[in-house]
Amino acid sequence: MAKTVALTGNAACAQAMRQINPDVVAAYPITPQTTIVEEFATFVANGKVNTEFINVESEHSAMSACVGASAAGARVMTTTSSQGLALMWEILYIASSLRLPIVMHNVNRTLSGPINIHCDHSDSMGARDAGWIQLFCENAQEAYDTTIQAIRIAENKNVHLPVMILYDGFIISHAITRLELLEDEDVKKFVGDYKPEKYLLDIENPVAVGSFDGLHGFYFEHKKVQNEVIERSKDVIVKVGNEYGKLSGRSYGLFEEYKLDDAEVGIVVLGSTAGTAKLVVDQMRDNNKKVGLLKLRSFRPFPAKELFDSLKKLKALAVLDRSSSTGSFGGPLFGEIRSAFYDGKNSPKIIGYIYGLGGRDVSLNDIEKVCNDLSDIVKTGKIKKEIDYLGVRE
Amino acid sequence: MGKMVEIRWHGRGGQGAVTAAKLLAEAALGQNKYFQAFPEYGPERMGAPIQAFTRISPEPIEIHSNVTNPEIAIVLDPTLVGSIDVTEGLPNDGIVLVNSSEPPQEIKKKLNNQKVKVYSVNATQIALETIGKPIPNTTMLGALIKVTNLMKIDDAVEHVRSSFGKKFNQSVIDGNVKAVERAYDEVSG
Repeated sequence: MAKTVALTGNAACAQAMRQINPDVVAAYPITPQTTIVEEFATFVANGKVNTEFINVESEHSAMSACVGASAAGARVMTTTSSQGLALMWEILYIASSLRLPIVMHNVNRTLSGPINIHCDHSDSMGARDAGWIQLFCENAQEAYDTTIQAIRIAENKNVHLPVMILYDGFIISHAITRLELLEDEDVKKFVGDYKPEKYLLDIENPVAVGSFDGLHGFYFEHKKVQNEVIERSKDVIVKVGNEYGKLSGRSYGLFEEYKLDDAEVGIVVLGSTAGTAKLVVDQMRDNNKKVGLLKLRSFRPFPAKELFDSLKKLKALAVLDRSSSTGSFGGPLFGEIRSAFYDGKNSPKIIGYIYGLGGRDVSLNDIEKVCNDLSDIVKTGKIKKEIDYLGVRE
Repeated sequence: MGKMVEIRWHGRGGQGAVTAAKLLAEAALGQNKYFQAFPEYGPERMGAPIQAFTRISPEPIEIHSNVTNPEIAIVLDPTLVGSIDVTEGLPNDGIVLVNSSEPPQEIKKKLNNQKVKVYSVNATQIALETIGKPIPNTTMLGALIKVTNLMKIDDAVEHVRSSFGKKFNQSVIDGNVKAVERAYDEVSG
C-alpha cells in the first residue's frame, strides 16, 4: 500500500534515497539542494540506512568520491545544484566515460552571476554534453518516482551510465505538496541488488580503471560507444517507466503528451512549468482552441525521432527554454527540437522563448501569450520573431 | 469548497508564517484535499516582512506560478498593516484576517482596498495566555477556519495534536489546541 504524505520535493527525494539505501553517498550541501543532504544525513545518523556517508569538502570531491566508490563496485548516489554541479564538471565526464551508474539529483538553480539562488535550468544544460542521462521532473511526485527508476536505468547492463534527476529549485524542492510514497519493501524489490560485472574490489578478476589512452588509443571509439549506449538507454527508460507504472499506477516514458492528438499548435517545455502550461492548455481548449503540450522528460538521451513523430502534425510549435545558451541561436532545447525537424515535410513553424531565468515567475498570462503568438502564426503563416523572451522586464 | 483557494501569509521573520502555511496545508491532507505550501524565498532576517503561501484544492494542483491574487491574506503582525499593502492582488470580496487588538473597522481604515472583508483576533494575547509565548501562527489557524470554513475546527484541532505530538510535550500541545479553539471563538468581523 502506498502512503499519501505531505512533503517538500527535497524531503520526498530524501525518502526515496532512504528506501533505496545506497552503499555510498558523498555529497556537499548547496542551496536549494541542502535539505536532501540534511535529511539523508539524519537517516544515516539514526541508523535508518546502511549507507557510508562521506563528508567531503567540495562538490569536486563529492563526485570524485562517487567515482571511486562506484568503480569499487558500490551503489552510489549524490545530490547537488548550480555552482555545485559546475564544480563537479570535469569529474562528470569521468563518471560517464567509465560507465559508472551513479545516480544524482541536481535541483535546478541558475548559475551566478549576478548571484542568484533561484530556479532555471542553466546548471544542468551546461552539463548536457557530459554523457549523463538527464531526466526532468514536473513535481515532487515525479522527482520521487524518477529517483527510484533512475537506479534501475543506470544499473541496467545495456546502459551502465550515470543518471541526473532534475527538478526545479524552490518551486518543487521547497514547496510542500501531496504525494504518494511506495512501501519500503516494494522499493527494495524494485531496485533489487546491484551486481556489477566488473569492479575494482573483485580481487579474483582484477581490472584497471581510468588508465591513460593516448593519441593512438581508442578515445574516439570510446565516445562513439558512449553515443550508442545512451541512445539505447531510451528503451530502458521506457521499459523501467512502464514497470514502475505497474507497481505504482504512474507510468513514465521519454516524454508526456498532453492533449496533442488533435492539436494544431503545441508547446514543448521542461520541468514545473509543464504543470502551469497544462492549465493554460485546458483554458484554451475551453475556448475551442486546439492547443497541446509536450513535456519532455528525457533531455539526454534526446529522443529526436520520437519527438518528430509526436509533433509533426502541428502547424506551429513553441519551445520554452528555462536557460540561455549565451551567444547561441535560441536556447538549447529550441536548437535541438528545430534540428529534429529539418528534414521533415510540412514541418511546423517553430519558435523559441527564453523564460524564467533566475527564478522569474512564469504566470498563466505568459503561457497564454505563447498560445496567442502561435495562433497568429497559423493565421498569417508568418513568424514575427523566431527567438523571444517571456516575462523579461523591458 | 469546490475550487482552489489561495492564501497569502504576511508576517515578520521569526513569527512562524512559513510554519503556519505548512501546518494548514498538512491539515488539508487530513481532508483528502490537495495543497501546496511555500514561502517566498528572499533575505529572511528576524523581524523583516516575509510572505508565505498556501493553495488548497479538491483537485490535484498543477499550477507552479506565484500566488498573485489570493482570496485571503492573513497578517500575523499588526504593524504590517499600513506599512505594506496586505490587500495587494486581493479581489473586492477577499478576506483580510489580522492578528490585532484593534477592531476590524479600525484596521480597515488603514487598508489600500477598503472593500475587502476584515476580521481581527488578538492572537498574540491568546498565544501568551495559552502557549506562554507571543507566537501567533497556530492561533491564527483557528481564526482562519472560523472565517473560511476551510475545514472543521475539530479536524484542525486533531491535526495540531498529531503534528505537535511528534515534537512537543503535552503542555505545549494542549496550549496550542487551546489557542486554536479560543481564536476560533474570539475572531470578530
